Formats: sequence, C-alpha cells, structure tokens
Amino acid sequence: MRESAIHIEDLKKRYGEGDAAVDALKGVDMTIWPGEVVGLVGPSGSGKSTLLKCLGAVIEPTSGKMTLGGETIFDGAWKIDDLRTLRRDRIGFVFQAPYLIPFLDVTDNIALLPMLAGVPNTKARVRARELLDALDVGHRATAQVSELSGGEQQRVSIARALANQPPIILADEPTAPLDSERALTVVRILNQMAQQYQTAIIVVTHDEKIIPTFKRIYHIRDGRTYEEAGEGREA
Amino acid sequence: MINLASRDILHGWGKFAFTGVGLGLLIGVTLTMAGVYRGMVDDAKAMIDNAGADIWVVQQDTLGPYAEPSSIHDDVARDILGQDGVMEAGNVAYLTMQIQQGGKDVRIMLVGIEQGKPGEPAFLVAGRPITHSHYEALADVKTGLTIGERFQIRRHQYKVVGLTRRMVSSSGDPMVFVPLKDAQEVQFLKDNDALLNDRARTTANPAFNRPGVPGLLDSILENQVSSHMVNAVLVRIKPGYDAEAVAKQIRRWNHLQTYTKDQMEEILVAKLIATSSKQIFMFLVILAIVSAAIVAFIIYTMTLNKIREIAVLKLVGAGNHTISSMILQQALGLGLIGFVVGKTAATIWAPLFPKYVLLIPGDAILGFILVMLMCSLASIFAIRAALQVDPATAIGG
Repeated sequence: MRESAIHIEDLKKRYGEGDAAVDALKGVDMTIWPGEVVGLVGPSGSGKSTLLKCLGAVIEPTSGKMTLGGETIFDGAWKIDDLRTLRRDRIGFVFQAPYLIPFLDVTDNIALLPMLAGVPNTKARVRARELLDALDVGHRATAQVSELSGGEQQRVSIARALANQPPIILADEPTAPLDSERALTVVRILNQMAQQYQTAIIVVTHDEKIIPTFKRIYHIRDGRTYEEAGEGREA
Repeated sequence: MINLASRDILHGWGKFAFTGVGLGLLIGVTLTMAGVYRGMVDDAKAMIDNAGADIWVVQQDTLGPYAEPSSIHDDVARDILGQDGVMEAGNVAYLTMQIQQGGKDVRIMLVGIEQGKPGEPAFLVAGRPITHSHYEALADVKTGLTIGERFQIRRHQYKVVGLTRRMVSSSGDPMVFVPLKDAQEVQFLKDNDALLNDRARTTANPAFNRPGVPGLLDSILENQVSSHMVNAVLVRIKPGYDAEAVAKQIRRWNHLQTYTKDQMEEILVAKLIATSSKQIFMFLVILAIVSAAIVAFIIYTMTLNKIREIAVLKLVGAGNHTISSMILQQALGLGLIGFVVGKTAATIWAPLFPKYVLLIPGDAILGFILVMLMCSLASIFAIRAALQVDPATAIGG
C-alpha cells in the first residue's frame, strides 16, 4: 500500500487557558502524498501558520495524531525526542521572505543544511551546486545573497529546502513578495521538484494567481480544513 | 562544517574591526595602567639597586630616607666603617626640588654623594664622574640636561659632567647627583636676609657674645651656616658577611635604624607606593568592568541583529551548540582584535608618558587571558538571548 507523506487526524491546537484560551486548530484532517503539491488557503487568523508550525514540529499540538512518512511523530505527545533532527532531516522550509543567511554565499546557504547533518563540506557543496543548476541559478553559485534579485533569492531558498532531500517541504506564502510571472515560475519549480524528488509540498498562500495551479487545495477556516479538488492548471 | 562566526565577521568586517579597535583602545588603557603600576615598582627597585648599598643606616625610629625624613650626622659613617663586615660607608643626602632646564621647570631628586663611595651612580651613559669638590653634577637623561650644560640650584651654577639612565626617585623624578657638601648646603642654606638677621640676633644675645670668652660668637655664627647632617649612610658589606647580621650590629652599637636591601624594598613597594598602587588597582578593576560591559553590549547587540537568521538556523536544525559556538567565537574574535590593538597602542604610547610605564610580557599574557575570559563571560547574555529565540518566529503568522 502506498505510504502517505503527511497524514494528520483531528489535530487541535489551543493557545492559553481558561477564558483567554484560543482554539487555533479545532480538528484538522489532512493527507498529502509523495510528489504532490497541495495548496493551503485561508483568510488571516484561520490557523494556517499554526498548522504549518505543528507540521514543522515547531510547536506542539494539543491533541490529535500526526504521521510523517508513515511514522507517527505525534499522538497526544511527541513520539520523537529530537525534533531538531526531525526538522533538519525530514522537513524543508520555504518562507515568505527567503531569509537566507546574509553572511554566507549562495552555495553555502544551501550546503549548510547537509553540513549540519554531518555531510562532508565538499559533498554538501556538490549537492548545493546540483540544486542551483536544477533551479537555474547555478550561475549565481558564488554570489553574495545581497547581490541576488528577489526571484533568485526565492529559488535559492527552495534549493535550501531541498538540500537534505526531505520528504516534506512546507512553504509559507513563498510567492507573496513576487510579481505574477515570478510567482508562477516559483510554483512551476515547486511542482518540478515535487515530481523529481517525490517530495510532498504544502504551499500556504493567499495568492489568487497561483491558487488555480494546485490539483488539490485545503481550505482552512476557523481552525478546520475542507478539501477541494483544484484546477491543477500548468503554471 | 562552515565556521559561521568567521563568515559573519568577514561579511561585516568594517563594523567588527571598528568595534575591535574601540575595545582595543580601552584594553590599551587598561594595560597602560598596569604598566604605570609596574613602572612605579620598577622605579622604586631601580633606586634601591642603583644606590649600590647592602644596608641603609638612618635616624632612629624612622623609615628614612625615602619614605620619611631622616637626619644623622655625617661623621656616623666613620663609626660604621669600624664595624665588623663593613667594607664601605658613604653619606648621602636626598632632596626633591625643581630646577630650570631649557626654560622649563623640571622636578628632580637632588642626591648628594661622596665620590667613590656607595650612593654614586653605578654607570654613566655619557661623560665622566664628578672629580671636582663643588658645582659638578651627574644628571639622568630624563632631566633633559646635556653634557656641559649649566643649571642653577639656589645661588650656584652647576655643570653637567656626566649622564646616567634609569636613575629616578620612587615617584619617578630623575636624579641629579652633586657632591655631598653642595647638597648639604642646598638643604640647609638660608637666604642672605635670614643670615644677616640670625647674625644680628646672635651677636645681640649676651649669652653667645660674652666679653670674657673670645671666639665663642665666631664659633656659633660659623655653626649656624654650616651643616654636617646627612639623610642616610649607605653601607656596602664585605663578601661572605650577612647583611642582616651586620645591620643588627650597627643598630646595637650606633643606636641607629638600619634596613637591608629587602627591607628597604618592602618599605618602598609596600608602604610608600601602596596607596598609589591601590588607586591604580581600582582603576584597573573599573576599566575591566567597563570593558566587559562594552563587550557584552556589543555582542548582545550583534546577536539581536541576527535574531531572524538565528531563528531560521534553529528551524532548519542547527543545534544550540552551533549557535552558541558562533556567538562565543565572535566574542573571542572581538577580544583578540581588541587585545592586539590594545597591546600595540599601549606599546606605542607608553614611552610618551612622563613617568616610566613598564609593560612586561607576564602582564600581557595575563591581560590576554583575562580579556578572553571577560569576552567569554560577556557572550553569556547574547548566547542566552539566542537560545531563547523561538524557531517558530521564522514562520510568519
């Protein structure tokens, strides 16, 4: 049987206690398959970022179940002690702003992740160059971050997310700062990478331009998700 | 693994270098303060060494001649020479005063010496020793005097015939050596008006001007303008004799106070300059605290400027060790730059100080260790702040 990349059941997250308690997630269900790019759409305050933080093992859900690649990582409590290693090895992050490390050049921004995982420097840099080439920014490999355009920086941040070949990438509004053409390019790249590396990608977005490009969309409203088949147009 | 600290430093090297230079100047001041203290101690030791004596004989119940006034008769030296184990004994007179050199006032310690006896400078860097009985002088190069130059003390002109080096008082004033008789005159000579006044008073006193005692008045008048007092007798002992034993003998038979070289050093270092050294130590402590506070503030600010990057690093799996190590290395890097700049600055500006500033390698090594320790401690606040950064802040919402 095919193993899901992400599977969550009745995931809840409550902030605060008593009268001041806020239920950010009220029972989220979601399944994402390897190689799939799924949109997560919702208004501000709907719980998108909270869901992303739970999926990214950054904050602990209050209850529910969460499995990554078939392995249960949360079932009322974390099942894995070392969440830092989990994030490093199994989850890639793409942010609204690229948040590249300004004092590292393009190659080392990507190579840093494998290096943190213990991959030798040379091997990590070779991997970084391959990813940069795949994302058409190989010619900027030795450039400083400040020398890159916004689109180039976002490609580099995607390359960084892929650096440890994680089965999951969480992208938090990755096209927000980009114009339409560049936004669509980023989505096309994400789709390509998902296919090429069989990575499951969740893209949180408000961006009306890219929403039609997803084959599946999860709408989140008041802490609950609703699945919808998307148009899945080619970006 | 990439060295994140060095990459960050290279990326913002200008800011880092300027900060390091600023810190370095502060460290330079701290090292110089330590050098000032060492200089004071060295001046005191140099004075004792240069005296060339094994025992200082001074007035009873005093710490003289450097720490307290001491006055003894100059014929005591002859009595001391008769003691077993004494090889040489020389009278010396010390007087701190001001002379004019090249239109400037120079504070000196005037030393009256007997030629060929203890108290004479051990070596000359130029010129010759004093050979005349009067009005010749040996001057330390720090006075600015040159060979053949003349300068005035009271009503007499003195000619510089030789130059010495590192001959200074415990307070750093350069020494000028003159014949003992001249120094005694300088110490006790009154001005003409006072002499005339004293002479008139004595002559008018029937007790001193008795008709039946011819010569009494002349003797008294002569006694009023002459001095046979000195501040100390410096004693050199014969080989094989114990200084403390000889000193004890002198104390017993001559009713004078004696100090061996070690005891005199103790008086100068532990008593005479003790307050100054405590003052300097307080400055050192304050400067060290200020330096530590500045380093802590700089490192803390630098870390706060990188909060977003630190959050991203934590989110993508960088461990606390990686982040702490980055901050600690930067703090140590800052300390290293600061120390190099500080040491260089102190070495450059130390000779410009009016008093002797002695920078010794031991202090530099200790300073380096303290700077590194201080930087390590100062980085604790920044590391604490960095470790408290929530990786979730890298994700919006």
